[in-house]
Amino acid sequence: MGHALYQAGLAGAMIVVAGTAFAASSPSDPLNSVMWEALRDQYFAGAPVVFDDAVRVNAPAAAEDTRAVPVSVDATALGKVVEMVAIADLNPFPLVLRYHPGTAAPYIATRIKIQQATAVRGAARTADGVWHVSGVMVDAAGGGCSAPPASYAQKDWADHVGEVQARLWPADSDGVARLRLRIRHPNDTGLVDGIPAYFVETLQVEAQSPGGSAELAKIDSLEPVSEIPSIRWTCVRRRTPRRWCCAAGTTRAARSGRPFRCRRRAPNPR
Amino acid sequence: MSMPLLRRLALTTAVAAALMVGAATGTARAAGPLTYDLKPTRIAPDTYVFEGSTKHFTRANGGNILNAGFIVTADGVIVIQTGPSRRYGEEMRAAIRKVTEKPIRKVFISNLHPDYWLGSQAFADVPIAALPGTIAGIQEEGSGIADNMYRLVGDWMRGTEVTVPTEPVYGSTVKFGDHRLRLIPLSGHTAADLMILDETTGVLFTGGVVFCDRTPTTPHATIADWLKELDAVEGLDIRLMVPNHGHIRSDKACVAQTRDWLTWLDGTLRHAVDSGLDMAEALELPTPERFEVLDVLREEYRRSVAHLWPKIEQAALPRVN
Repeated sequence: MGHALYQAGLAGAMIVVAGTAFAASSPSDPLNSVMWEALRDQYFAGAPVVFDDAVRVNAPAAAEDTRAVPVSVDATALGKVVEMVAIADLNPFPLVLRYHPGTAAPYIATRIKIQQATAVRGAARTADGVWHVSGVMVDAAGGGCSAPPASYAQKDWADHVGEVQARLWPADSDGVARLRLRIRHPNDTGLVDGIPAYFVETLQVEAQSPGGSAELAKIDSLEPVSEIPSIRWTCVRRRTPRRWCCAAGTTRAARSGRPFRCRRRAPNPR
Repeated sequence: MSMPLLRRLALTTAVAAALMVGAATGTARAAGPLTYDLKPTRIAPDTYVFEGSTKHFTRANGGNILNAGFIVTADGVIVIQTGPSRRYGEEMRAAIRKVTEKPIRKVFISNLHPDYWLGSQAFADVPIAALPGTIAGIQEEGSGIADNMYRLVGDWMRGTEVTVPTEPVYGSTVKFGDHRLRLIPLSGHTAADLMILDETTGVLFTGGVVFCDRTPTTPHATIADWLKELDAVEGLDIRLMVPNHGHIRSDKACVAQTRDWLTWLDGTLRHAVDSGLDMAEALELPTPERFEVLDVLREEYRRSVAHLWPKIEQAALPRVN
């Protein structure tokens, strides 16, 4: 009897110690997601993490179409950002994209698939190596990652893969220029029976402007980015690039996936 | 020693019994049979409407956000829309029975949205008529639509299964007893919208073509076509307008209201795309004060951004490769 009590006391003490140690190294998740600790270890491996409202994640409270939920991550309040990620905790593949802003602003907006109601996060790594994390809850009916793409309703969809639409909005009075890209691509997740994974994996944008570096920004894009990805970048610079071009790589494992390119003189004449 | 113990036991039993009674009553109130408590309002000779809420589908209203109706004719009862669930359809049929002994002659369904037809199970023994496009839409999307309603309103949906309309109808005038019904096929709010004008009473059942003091919904909408539908309503000679969502009025003010909203919505989203905004930013754009009279304004505005934005963007961005 006394032995059992002693054991219980010891276990209690250990829990308290472990709890204290954990709290000191990593703050608890404001969104109370069951996946947070596992995802933190997977995507931010050992790096310091803080929850920081300076990173603004914008997404609807309820997803109207789980195959294309608009999400934007705005880390411009942090100043210089090295890398950004977007994560949907309860997706079968939580990582949505990794964004390397390069000389562009730390702001990205796109549409994503979500499989069920989940926390949707944006995180930004500053030059000191700290990940600043924020997020919102999105309620959803579910199934966005395992629904067949609507693209296949069109019989000639394969002839149009890789078509890019884009427009550059020249710098406004604040020096902020915007670039929007829309790519015809089914972005198959591989979760639909008989349809292998086939999605845009890398997307690189280069700007040609006097004195500017060539690479503007790069995205490592993953399964959860919606069919026909639509992505917006923001460039903060005094001068709008004269020309820009983008290149995208697509999954080669299935089908004859090959990189495609697009090129455009700016500003857009429209 | 024994007396206090006995007294204590007796007291405990009494308290327990009281608690059980309380619990039973409480349970009955909380989880007792759900009911829509449908009461028909007579709006014109032989013509009745079950007026629903102007909110969104919730677990409190069970999806009763529509104005289902019926017309009692010498040829039997004509039912217009069957509601969001089997339970609604059954309660509706029982309520009609209290008004008339006449049998149900025919059911009309105006479009594929859930609150128009998920109660059709209760009318499976009579012809259920709809436009061919509505029938095709229910065949294709019906089970997904039903699943989503189970998620949104829960137990109200118990036992509800997809019942596909059985009789395709087209633009025509049909006579039931003294009532001449003009069936008006349109498209815009959805790909197939059926309006029904009772030429005998002048009552127009607009389906989803007109909303009144309730923000229009756009999951299957093509705005340019919807505006043409409103032109068609303007040309009709009517005495009373029954929108499926919102208030019943004797004038056409809500045609203008619906037009104003759709025009603003479409123009605002086009301008936003053209200005380089992204969809997440568009969700936060303000809605003008004059639309505050529309119920569930911000919720429906945000839903509409999701419905309409991708197509507008597709049309607005130039090809670059």
